Amino acid sequence: MIEFNKISKRFGNLQVLNELDLCISMDGIFAILGPNGSGKTTLIKCLLGMVQPNSGSISLNSKAILGKWEYRNELNYLPQIANFPGNLTVFELIEMVKNIRPKRAEEKALIELFGLQNSLHKKLGNLSGGTKQKVNLILTFMFDSNLFILDEPTTGLDPIALIHLKELIKLEKAKGKAILLTTHSISFVNQMADEIVFLLDGKIYFKGTIMDLKQQTNNSDLENGIAELLAKHYV
Amino acid sequence: MRSRWSYVYFFFYLILGFVLLFLNNDLDNAVITLMNIIMVLTPLIGTIFGVMYYYNSKEFTELLLALPIKRNTIFMGQYIGIALSLSLSLVLGLGIPFLLYGVFMSSAIFNFGLLLVVGTMLNFIFVALSFNIAISTENKIKGFGYAILMWLFLAVIYDGLFLIALLLFKDYPLDKFSLIATLFNPIDLSRILILLKLDISALLGYTGAVFRKFFGTNLGFIVSFSMLILWIVIPVLRMNYVIRKKDF
Repeated sequence: MIEFNKISKRFGNLQVLNELDLCISMDGIFAILGPNGSGKTTLIKCLLGMVQPNSGSISLNSKAILGKWEYRNELNYLPQIANFPGNLTVFELIEMVKNIRPKRAEEKALIELFGLQNSLHKKLGNLSGGTKQKVNLILTFMFDSNLFILDEPTTGLDPIALIHLKELIKLEKAKGKAILLTTHSISFVNQMADEIVFLLDGKIYFKGTIMDLKQQTNNSDLENGIAELLAKHYV
Repeated sequence: MRSRWSYVYFFFYLILGFVLLFLNNDLDNAVITLMNIIMVLTPLIGTIFGVMYYYNSKEFTELLLALPIKRNTIFMGQYIGIALSLSLSLVLGLGIPFLLYGVFMSSAIFNFGLLLVVGTMLNFIFVALSFNIAISTENKIKGFGYAILMWLFLAVIYDGLFLIALLLFKDYPLDKFSLIATLFNPIDLSRILILLKLDISALLGYTGAVFRKFFGTNLGFIVSFSMLILWIVIPVLRMNYVIRKKDF
């Protein structure tokens, strides 16, 4: 169970999160949606301890986590933009992350799944955006944790890699893991998400299942439903 | 640190050491010449390396931050890594030629050792200062500019201002003022520290003379040494404090 309790964060004059309360159960796939700049990434970074909220508290399995670091071993995080040190090779990076985390890693199957065998000894600086994202995915999925946090996992992936990613996520879900993700891809949400949260101006605008959203907006189509939510806001 | 530049730096000192010994043919003279070079160069290199490394490894840092490691550990590791590798370049680069020349057989060994210790401390001080500037400045170019300005100020401008102040207020007793002013500049401080040890009055200058008169050689030595340590401790503490609150 992840609990956000009255989380506020401002960057200068910009109030990104505004007394946000959110409860996320630790099973199934949970999608955070919202327009650009609505605070999705900030929310996730608060959970990871990379951004320190101005006020509020966060707990993971009823343990407060702000200011702590050990809990990060219990979760796998996929950053939004894969910024890797350019002078390392893929292999070196994987080995290094394995070294840092006191956990067993299974990277071989993933490397094969994403077809990166031939890129293993290339420098990260020379890889394309999509390939970097694949490396990013391998680094995230090679550890066995109960919680996966994926920030825009679909960016830059080709259709085949996207199918593999969906399979991976479904596989983890079947193992009873919790997956928390943000995305702009409606079809991805439609296929994968069990529950969605719609974030707007640092507050929760909607929380529930896809069915709930469709009912609430009287729309049979998720895309239109979300558009309607947004339209209400823009008026 | 996987950096070509620390090797370049190492070879620079190596060559410098050999050339100085060759030209001077005298250990004591070489130590003095070296001091003048180290006083200007180590701060500059420490500053530039510190800022450059911080900004260059930003992505890497962000990757590490999401892993189960304490924040302070990440940054202290980076800090000590870079300061130590620069100090190694300095100590090995200068140590090898002096060893070959037979520094152990001569009386200059203590002076030379002190020079290396002070150079190492300057490295740690200026890497810490430049890390402080880098973590407080998001913009790379600005951060670089501030860092260079800091070096220029402490290495050159500070002395200039100091001299002007001495000239302007020459009718007043300036002992205390100059004493305190010296403590606030790690470069001046280390210069005096070495000159006190070398015991060359002609090179001590005004501040050095005041320093010696006020503290005596031994006390002056201890005071300036502990001030140098403070110059390391305070920036490192501030760095840790800022890091704890910083958003990435």
